Amino acid sequence: MSVWRDVIGQDAAIATLRRAVEDPAAMTHAWLFTGPPGSGRSVAARAFAAALQCPQGGCGECRECRTALDGSHADVDVIATEGLSIKVDLARDLVQLAALRPSVGRWRIIVIEDADRLTAYSEAPANALLKALEEPTPRTIWILCAPSLEDVMITIRSRSRHLRLRTPPLEAVAELLHRRDGVDEGMAMYAARAAQSHVGLARRLARDEGARIRRRDITRLPTLIRGVPEAVAAAADLAKLAEEETGAASAERDSAERQRLLEVLGADPAARTQPSHIRSQLAALEKDQKGRATRQARDVLDRSLLDLLSVYRDALVLHTGAPIGLVNQDSAALVQELARAMTPEQLLAAMDAIGTARERIGVNVTPLLALEAMAISLRLPR
Amino acid sequence: MTETVDVPSRVPPLVLITGPESLLAERALASILDELRVTTPDLEVVRLHPATYEPGALAAHTAPSLFGGDKAIVVHDLDEAPEELQQDLLSYLAAPLEPGVTLVVGHKSGQRGKKVLDTLKKSRARILEAPLVKSDRDKSDFATHEFRAARRRVTPEAVAALVDAVGKDLRELAAACQQLVADTTGVIDDKTVERYHGGKVEATGFRVADAALAGDTGEALRLVRHAIATGLDPVPIVAVLAQQLRQLVRVGGAGRGRSADIARELGMAPWQVDRARRALGGWTSDALGRCIQAVAAADFEVKGGGRDPVYAVERVLLTITRERHAG
Ligand SMILES: [Zn+2]
Repeated sequence: MSVWRDVIGQDAAIATLRRAVEDPAAMTHAWLFTGPPGSGRSVAARAFAAALQCPQGGCGECRECRTALDGSHADVDVIATEGLSIKVDLARDLVQLAALRPSVGRWRIIVIEDADRLTAYSEAPANALLKALEEPTPRTIWILCAPSLEDVMITIRSRSRHLRLRTPPLEAVAELLHRRDGVDEGMAMYAARAAQSHVGLARRLARDEGARIRRRDITRLPTLIRGVPEAVAAAADLAKLAEEETGAASAERDSAERQRLLEVLGADPAARTQPSHIRSQLAALEKDQKGRATRQARDVLDRSLLDLLSVYRDALVLHTGAPIGLVNQDSAALVQELARAMTPEQLLAAMDAIGTARERIGVNVTPLLALEAMAISLRLPR
Repeated sequence: MTETVDVPSRVPPLVLITGPESLLAERALASILDELRVTTPDLEVVRLHPATYEPGALAAHTAPSLFGGDKAIVVHDLDEAPEELQQDLLSYLAAPLEPGVTLVVGHKSGQRGKKVLDTLKKSRARILEAPLVKSDRDKSDFATHEFRAARRRVTPEAVAALVDAVGKDLRELAAACQQLVADTTGVIDDKTVERYHGGKVEATGFRVADAALAGDTGEALRLVRHAIATGLDPVPIVAVLAQQLRQLVRVGGAGRGRSADIARELGMAPWQVDRARRALGGWTSDALGRCIQAVAAADFEVKGGGRDPVYAVERVLLTITRERHAG
């Protein structure tokens, strides 16, 4: 047993972190973990935190290790934002927290899972944090996580040590699902492949039949888009699939939060109109909820587009005859049909169109509209 | 004298409010409470929420008390109720009902709490529905009903214009209906709506879109320049263009058939289908497809991707009118 057990396919990174745990000279007060989504940034950050707190350098079994890994350690704070941005108030709170000495552990450790969201709307939150990075407190460690270096402000980058995580190999992801989550081996391999090694996604695909059905529905779209009406319908389907995945759970949660807020404020939830001070509180809550929903919807949609992209990529792989495994091996017939219908140039153009849609949605173009424009470019040649 | 003491409330002891549309559910609850208060002005209302429910609380509130008057127990969100709350409800329903207690249960959607639902239905609860008001057709029906309930006459064109202008949010639509009822007299027609909501961006967007889709370059450009000069944001104008093109493609792809049938199939209002059909003359689906792609590019530009949002809107209008003439 070791805290590194679930940090899969990252031998080089683990070696660096182990050295830092063992040798004070190799340690530094601020770390920046980068790696593609699903590569296990936050798992690695928690494992590192555990290894630092553990008297044996990460045995995986003692109380320090277990609490650091499951997020209940008093001196390990993991910040995971649900909105599109980390607010400046939160950043200031963290800076104050960082100034405190650890209460029970050897270190005070602050993990920011989405450091890229520090600068989503303004640089103020990142600047607030910068002060703490510039004037380190002796026993405080920052671990910032982001998809890539470019996602983090240069001043933060230059004050932290960079650690790059890579996409873990399929086999390692499948093995993890089998060992940790008890998924049977065939399903684990399918899920790892379909999720393109994204650990969290693979786990969901393996355990949730609805997610598998939604993914198959997406992979089926390319061969259905013949004319503009079908394209517009396919775009609506894509938007709806993403909405289904995001929607139900958050609607329940939103209304529960609204009820609770009204209760706390002593308001009558059945009143047709609320007094103005309550309305303004409700408006603030709704704004937060909207931010959260926007982020979730955007992430879910982006994953759907990556699924869609994988079908065209697979078709291109068939054309080139490269000995690379297909992402959509379970839908090989569909991939073959697509490869017959489109030339490599047309497949590349289709992949570009999907890329354009992802970029546009990323900068706030109405998702349905971006999807429609994309789907119209995906029409099968006549 | 005896009458006022003994007349029982007409509300049955069990009420079920089912459906996800929160505005309608809130209204249903308010109407039940109003009805109860006719006979019991000092009605005590107890609200129970799944998130804060303490096991046994239902029994405690329904137990007869020496001094207690009549009570309404409102159980919110049965569809999120923990096992304990469901069990407590089932036990309450299994025993003879407590006199003087009205139990109102709300359920939005889903399978959770189904056993309680079935038991309520079997026990002949009054059922009030709060179905989702989602399509434009539903919204038109909703608005028509709002005016009818206020005993006001309204033309279909006025309803259409109102749904166009403020239909995005049901609460806003309801508020707009109430405002028109309160502020105007006589028949409500599209002129009335125009007067109150004509300044709304959406209304301008619709006129711009109508002109562009009809191939009227001059009128489309004149309207959009005027709109932007008076401070309107190009973003919603682009949104309306996208929406109108989308409707044209969908109606065009639906083929022949009665407007009413197609409206039902597409979740649109019949007047929207008729309007799209009139606008479809001179269009091919490929041309509409190119327009949608141009509108998506314009949306990117007006949202910060381009240097000149106004130019982006004008250019997309020119693209649309050119495609119309080519078709
Ligand atoms: Zn340990």
